[in-house]
Amino acid sequence: MSATDKPPIPPRRPKASEARLDAIREEAGSSGKVVSGAGASQANANTNAGPGPNAAIPGAADYYNLPVLKPPTWTWEVPLYFFIGGIAGVSSVIAFVGHLFQADPRMLRLALWIPLIGAGLCPALLISDLGRPLRFLNMLRVFKWRSAMSMGSWILSAFGGAAFLALATSELTLYGIHFPFLSLINGLAEFAAALTGLLLASYTGVLLGATAIPVWHQNRKLLPAHFLTSGLGGCSAILELAGFLIPATQVLGFAAATIETVIGVILELRHTRAAAPLHHGKSGWTMRIAGSLEGPIALIVRILWHAEANGRRAAATCFLVGALCSRYAWIWAGRASAHDPQALFQEQQRKS
Amino acid sequence: MTNSVTYPATYHVTKAAFLTDATICIGCKACEVACKEWNEVPDDGMIWTGYSYDNTQALGASTWRHVMFLEQPAVAGPQQVDMENPFRWIFLSDVCKHCGNAGCLEACPTGAIVRTHVGSVLVQADVCNGCGYCVVSCPFGVVDKRHPDGRAFKCTFCYDRQNAGMIPACAKACPTQSIRFGELAELRAAGDARVAELQLRGYSDAQVYDPLQTSVAGTHAMFVILGQAEAYNLPPAPEVPTIYLKSAWTSALIAAAVLAAIVCAAFLF
Repeated sequence: MSATDKPPIPPRRPKASEARLDAIREEAGSSGKVVSGAGASQANANTNAGPGPNAAIPGAADYYNLPVLKPPTWTWEVPLYFFIGGIAGVSSVIAFVGHLFQADPRMLRLALWIPLIGAGLCPALLISDLGRPLRFLNMLRVFKWRSAMSMGSWILSAFGGAAFLALATSELTLYGIHFPFLSLINGLAEFAAALTGLLLASYTGVLLGATAIPVWHQNRKLLPAHFLTSGLGGCSAILELAGFLIPATQVLGFAAATIETVIGVILELRHTRAAAPLHHGKSGWTMRIAGSLEGPIALIVRILWHAEANGRRAAATCFLVGALCSRYAWIWAGRASAHDPQALFQEQQRKS
Repeated sequence: MTNSVTYPATYHVTKAAFLTDATICIGCKACEVACKEWNEVPDDGMIWTGYSYDNTQALGASTWRHVMFLEQPAVAGPQQVDMENPFRWIFLSDVCKHCGNAGCLEACPTGAIVRTHVGSVLVQADVCNGCGYCVVSCPFGVVDKRHPDGRAFKCTFCYDRQNAGMIPACAKACPTQSIRFGELAELRAAGDARVAELQLRGYSDAQVYDPLQTSVAGTHAMFVILGQAEAYNLPPAPEVPTIYLKSAWTSALIAAAVLAAIVCAAFLF
């Protein structure tokens, strides 16, 4: 086939214009079958049009079972951010409270490093999830109380600053460098990091709770507590794995696993249509396995081998794995929930 | 042609609205074509779904008008299609609702989504950084992230055309004026009048879809439909997700206080 035999290049698509819109309209109206006579058209409204059915015709319960809502577009970075952010946030609380009660200074040092590492990883994860990563600074373009995402951006920024200041002042003290107000600045920075850390570890629950996704907003009161507890247990697990097998981390490990067990039971007892992704499919099984690991399994291991270092390490590992997997399970549950139109309809029909 | 409404050469409104009438739509999809061409919305693929004549399926980042095709078992009436198994065939052109209280606008952390001077909800493409929070905050599942572009897109209400005194491309291209454009208050009255007339003529299941009684506070895109909203994948009682903020934040603050107490107790222990 020679070059001359090539089909001619098709004409360019007509550029959209008023004439083009008129042409679309003409074509649609002439090739389609415009309802006339017995139709329900406005123009024939007063003519002798045919009567209606005089009865409601049973319609389908949904539109070909297609989703009403759009599933979350977030990729693997966001659940990992929830996990790391929770641990980093609670670590600041442990550092501040531990400082007040004069805990092991080596543990306090680690508890100040964890928030800084977290404050470095978290923005990186979030920025890489953005559709336009170079525009990440637009996140601080406005301050919106009514957007949990905006609040989260500001909380994370404030937390990063406070965590850095707390660590820097603490390290200066460790290296024997002193200047006026250093310990005051250190105390204030640790307090600020603890406060913003609490917000960082809990706002992610609000972020999911204040959306249109049924399985998320139905659990909006549970999610902040769930995520905070995951952060608490996760942080104390890291401290234990780092060798700080002190009574404080034992108590925190017990508390976190106990609360997660209770939350797991509450989730298991939810039996609305919107709660289906918590029980079925990929999200359901991940949720159950993860919930068991950070709840009852971590608790039982800790009770049975509370006096043994390896028992505590095993319990800590169970909790960490469970806490990480449960964040992914929540995002997958949101996707499954968005794909179920009946979850949304049944909830709204029940309310109205 | 059955146009009964004419628009002035230049037409500026104070509160813009669509009234899309399922009882007049012929399912020609001229609105979909006109929208795609005017707004230069990219192709997003096509599959044969088998859902009547609907191969578009849903609104999305690259679908700003979507014509639905409903097939319902009919007992009588002029919208019945005469076949061996007769059914009532209904078409409706779905569009962004431009909510009175918009979930996407409230959720947007960058301020990319704004309320325009005609009351419509607009995503500013030069500000959006594609965080995806509007996607899960829309109670109607309209706005979505476009791949591989990365930003969120939805119907602009032809803001560019409205600023130039022109009616939106879909309304302009609609051959039956199933899509009407005009003042919100006028079209709200027109929708009620239309439903009253339809009911008088025996369409007892005719209704206006405009969730005025919910936290969405009514929409700028209203629909005249036959039958239940659910059959059109329209949520019967949509809620703007910001109503969940208060209880979620309260829970977060209580849980944070409890956690702080637990940590204190652990170190006292």
